[in-house]
Amino acid sequence: MMHPISGADLKRHRYQGCCQMGSKFKVLICQGTSGLSGGAHIVAEALRKKLHESGLADKCEIKRVGDRGLFRDVLIDIISPDGKRWTYERVSVEDVTEIVESHLVKGEPVKRLLAGDDYRRFFEGQLRWVLRNCGEIDPEDINDYISVGGYEALRKALTEMTPEDVINEVVESGLRGRGGAGFPTGIKWRICRGHEAPARYVICNADEGDPGAFMDRSILEGDPHSVIEGLIIAGYAIGASKGFIYCRAEYPLAIRRLKVALQQAREMGFIGEDILGSGFSFDIALKEGAGAFVCGEETALIASIEGKRGMPRPRPPFPAEKGLWGMPTIINNVETLANVPRIILNGAKWFSSVGTDRSKGTKVFALAGKVKNTGLVEVPMGVTLRQLIFGPGGGMARKGYAFKAVQIGGPSGGCLPEELLDTPIDYESLTQVGAIMGSGGLIVLDEGTCMVDAAKFFLSFTSAESCGKCIPCRVGLVRLYEVLDRITKGEGREGDIEFLERMGNAVRETSLCGLGKTALNPVLTTVRYFRDEYEAHIKHGRCPAGVCVPLLRFEVDEGKCVKCGRCARVCPVGAIAWQRGSFPVINKDACIKCRACIIECPEHAIN
Amino acid sequence: MGLVGGELERRLEEILGAFCGKRSELIPILQRIQNEFGYLPEDALVKVSRFIGVPEAHVYGVASFYEQLRLRQLGKNIITICRGTSCYVCGSSKLIDEAKSVLGIDEGETTPDLKWTLETVTCLGMCAHAPCAIVNGKVYGKMTPKKLVSIIRAVEGGRRS
Repeated sequence: MMHPISGADLKRHRYQGCCQMGSKFKVLICQGTSGLSGGAHIVAEALRKKLHESGLADKCEIKRVGDRGLFRDVLIDIISPDGKRWTYERVSVEDVTEIVESHLVKGEPVKRLLAGDDYRRFFEGQLRWVLRNCGEIDPEDINDYISVGGYEALRKALTEMTPEDVINEVVESGLRGRGGAGFPTGIKWRICRGHEAPARYVICNADEGDPGAFMDRSILEGDPHSVIEGLIIAGYAIGASKGFIYCRAEYPLAIRRLKVALQQAREMGFIGEDILGSGFSFDIALKEGAGAFVCGEETALIASIEGKRGMPRPRPPFPAEKGLWGMPTIINNVETLANVPRIILNGAKWFSSVGTDRSKGTKVFALAGKVKNTGLVEVPMGVTLRQLIFGPGGGMARKGYAFKAVQIGGPSGGCLPEELLDTPIDYESLTQVGAIMGSGGLIVLDEGTCMVDAAKFFLSFTSAESCGKCIPCRVGLVRLYEVLDRITKGEGREGDIEFLERMGNAVRETSLCGLGKTALNPVLTTVRYFRDEYEAHIKHGRCPAGVCVPLLRFEVDEGKCVKCGRCARVCPVGAIAWQRGSFPVINKDACIKCRACIIECPEHAIN
Repeated sequence: MGLVGGELERRLEEILGAFCGKRSELIPILQRIQNEFGYLPEDALVKVSRFIGVPEAHVYGVASFYEQLRLRQLGKNIITICRGTSCYVCGSSKLIDEAKSVLGIDEGETTPDLKWTLETVTCLGMCAHAPCAIVNGKVYGKMTPKKLVSIIRAVEGGRRS
């Protein structure tokens, strides 16, 4: 049980936390969803046991931390009492003994397990503001957060600033919503505060539903208090006494850590009555989503909290005017709120010194797909897509498969081709080329991806997630899907592309909410940038990427084939006959069209 | 399997006792009921509608809207395969096909013997480990059709012995 703390105590508390460092070895083990799926808890247990057996239990402190953003199964850091640091990657239970005996006993780091160049390269060029604590502090220990300056911003806001000061600071910082649309956060707060009402509410949108985005999950798992602190400050700024965190149920670990964090924050007096003796009272309730993508849309999210079907309603009135239970409400995304404490502490100038003219600060991207290093990357706004993918991303994952496109902004984002890789990442530039910042999902596609099939995939997602309230989205997306489906089956017709464009624009202009307004982006951008691929499907009955099965002939292009025989070895039904030094022959009667040979072929010689 | 009326009634009373009957509690109530029974029995929906004072249609509307809430009973073992963007690019459709053919059921279905349920989700947020799947709560990254089948076999074998 912890005890409430005053502003002065907060400083003393932090000082004591610092003094505890320095006398022991620290062993950090990344235990977010990723680390745990790699077995981090098993490794941690083995390590604890081994330290105990070796009599080192008093000299080493094992610390659970969140994921750092680069996934290397089990990541362990050893920090010596004098502050030197080693990072081990892909550690298994079998490696524990060696690490303890060699490194901790003899002082000789285990070279073969040390994180390599990829690891270094991944973190070089990043500017980690939001993710600064992820992988560094114990997310389930509020004292750890306090020891790195946590809740200092809250103390400053409550005791040295008026709500108007807080709003002005956030407005001046230029912080814009990180959940997708990029509305200026401070302005939203100001509008909300300007509406007279018996109650106001603030909601943290943690319903991260975009496939391909997982930064919010990692922040909640690795540094939940930064979001809670941001939420309390937001509540103070707009004059709310109640806040909600709406987290999707698919994130059980994030929910568990949020519960722990909220409990601790309550016990320490950061949530509750008369916070830090300021007279300001604020409470936070955690709401679990129930699995509906559209609930990321703010009016749908509000409906869901009210206990209704999560369907959007027309705006205006915007939630800042009429939101939850008809009261002025602001809804901010996880990453947005995690930025707030640092803005309050370091000032608007500090924050706005990084970024572009209209997009300030940093943005976390979830790099995934066919890129070498997948994970979370935080960079200043304004870096180019190329810098991101070929810098921290480390370039393409598969040998022999070149870059083809990058899908940015989730399923509602756009597919951008190689020519646009030098586009700076900021809200305006991305919109200009037909994509969106969205939540920051960034999926890299290589030559092995068919763009028509990819567009179909994104539409299958958005059309399934359409709530069905407005006709353009409900019917339009399905009609578009049907046409794309026909094209991938080799039944494309003259005029299909024009239909996609016409219908796409119609759905975009007439849909009620952001889901329908943006669901067309993948279709429209693939038509815009990869029109030849659509034409190859429709006019020539060919799928250049070798993905759309009905269009594949499963024939060996002898001009490209190097007679290596890998196709024959990988064929699960033995339908490919091959002898050393000769071209393989595919028996089409036996072939089950699984595409294993096409994927395996290093020369792209089968189509 | 099926719950006798009285037993259902008793456990429902217990769950509802923790709530005060506000409309905003509807989703948390349904989540609690599902945690208890594994799905939402029809009788329970009727009772909930009386408890919070909204029409049955409203309760059904909410229960059928959210993907997490189910109106049918689940299998003993659950396979959830991610069909998010990253998993799609890395071949999750092959996993889904394999699971379908091995279990002989479609997505969202349960085998007649109530042993297996196959589900897909839109994204688990495990994009860096694509393709991924969850079998009985355990998350597996970089999944292959072969690995999936061996996990299924292991679960079945484990229960027999």
